[in-house]
Amino acid sequence: MKILVAVKRVIDYNVQVRVKEDNTGVVTDNVKMSTNPPDDNAIEEAVKIKESGKATEVVAVSVGEEKAQETVRKALAVGADRGILVKADGILEPLAVSKLLKKIVEKEKPDLVFMGKQAIDDDCNQTGQMLSALLNWPQATFASKIEVKDNKLEVTREIDEGLETIEINVPAIVTCDLRLNEPRYASLPNIMKAKKKPIEQLNASDLGVDTSPRIEQIKVEEPPKRKAGIKVSSVAELVQKLKNEAKVI
Amino acid sequence: MSVLLIAEHNNKELRPFTLNAVTAASQIDADVHALIIGQSCGDAAKALSELPLVKKVIQVEATHYENFIAENFAPVVVKLANDYSHIICSANTFGKNLMPRIAAALDTSQISDITKVISPETFLRPIYAGNAFATVKSKDPKKCVTIRPTSFDPCESSGGSAPIEKADAGEEFNQTKFIKREEIKSDRPELGTARVVISGGRGMQSGDNFKLITSIADKLNAAIGASRAAVDAGYISNDHQVGQTGKVVVPDLYIAVGISGAIQHLAGMKESKIIVAINKDGEAPIFSVADYGLEADLFEALPQFLEELNKLNTIQK
Repeated sequence: MKILVAVKRVIDYNVQVRVKEDNTGVVTDNVKMSTNPPDDNAIEEAVKIKESGKATEVVAVSVGEEKAQETVRKALAVGADRGILVKADGILEPLAVSKLLKKIVEKEKPDLVFMGKQAIDDDCNQTGQMLSALLNWPQATFASKIEVKDNKLEVTREIDEGLETIEINVPAIVTCDLRLNEPRYASLPNIMKAKKKPIEQLNASDLGVDTSPRIEQIKVEEPPKRKAGIKVSSVAELVQKLKNEAKVI
Repeated sequence: MSVLLIAEHNNKELRPFTLNAVTAASQIDADVHALIIGQSCGDAAKALSELPLVKKVIQVEATHYENFIAENFAPVVVKLANDYSHIICSANTFGKNLMPRIAAALDTSQISDITKVISPETFLRPIYAGNAFATVKSKDPKKCVTIRPTSFDPCESSGGSAPIEKADAGEEFNQTKFIKREEIKSDRPELGTARVVISGGRGMQSGDNFKLITSIADKLNAAIGASRAAVDAGYISNDHQVGQTGKVVVPDLYIAVGISGAIQHLAGMKESKIIVAINKDGEAPIFSVADYGLEADLFEALPQFLEELNKLNTIQK
């Protein structure tokens, strides 16, 4: 089985995001960038399946600016065999990304496509489902457990009400939850080895996909600030404040 | 043109956030049609028809709709989409799973998780875990929008009498098979709609210690939440997680216990009306959003809290 894993380069999850003064977006200059966290889980799961002998190849793909190559390289350092970078500049909406990924799927013919359930920058939670629709493949979103069975996967999904288990036939799309596994760190020898692994570079425009935005971003603003609260010195004071001042109990 | 709202339900009754989604839909256009897809969901369809803001109910039933598989649902919506300018659904796991399949089939760039309708084309939505808000305008002829339910009030639930039309079912998508659903049943209010939420984090140290939280939740008729750290550590099940990748809650009172306050957690609760933080680390970021902060050992503070509440003897619904 061959697994394609889509990874996205985003502002690191530990960075306190700041809105640009001209309200055109958020500050990205000199800001630490990393792999979108649930995409790390997607890579980890693919590599684990390969290590268990149930997959033969793991290919990491990213769509974005030239620097997204670092994100692909990191996937190679934790066990992906080779990489693909689809270069595209500007704002890429999930619809455009899913169309580009469809082109890559048609070319690579993977049995499974894994990716994170949501990117922590735009918080859209769309790309996997859209790719699944475009390919007319089954989808297992928000996966917290994956069991590979011949040409099927049994996937446990995290839903609002609890857990749901579904069985999907291969080829299929899985979007991964942070609880799916514990992503490994890349060891130094593996980081060195990853430098020799191939990354194929393609241009979005050569794939015949129109990536121009369909959504106009009019402005980006800071969220309303909460007014500073107070520290209370005892539980008794807390309860009195909640009852008499805030009137919520 | 009219707005098509996709109802979320369990085949017997409507899920509560359907009412919030109806409110959002009605702010886009007054002509709201509600689509219910399921199996033997007549009672839920009737409840939908009684919402005064709903002008028409479209009911589609088949055995393969019983378990809400998105691959089966999406084609039904796409087939009806011609008559509508907008397709609307709640941005909970049901809507998140389904809407992008519809949007891709309609070649529409979806707008996820809106918190405000500015105009029929323009919406406000949080990005970067709510650390920024983007005002976005859709240029697509048809709009697929998911709404953040806690940002809209539930609509009136009785008094309406919209006609219920039946529409034909589509074919079954046979590559996806439902196996089971493990719902955690509870007599407590739902996390998403509770007036009071008390949440525990890594500081709880064990699942057993959550009983300190449970006893206070009983007293306050509160729902129980948790940080991702607490869920990851196995203290409590995933359906309790509050945050960027969990649930967003906006209760009147949110009590965070032993939660440091990572931005990913704040994303799920910082719109709460009153926030209380109990943490022994006075520097914890949770205090920066708390209206009332108590720097204390939670293992001492929680029993005292319960005792004080017992003294008040004001159990409220």
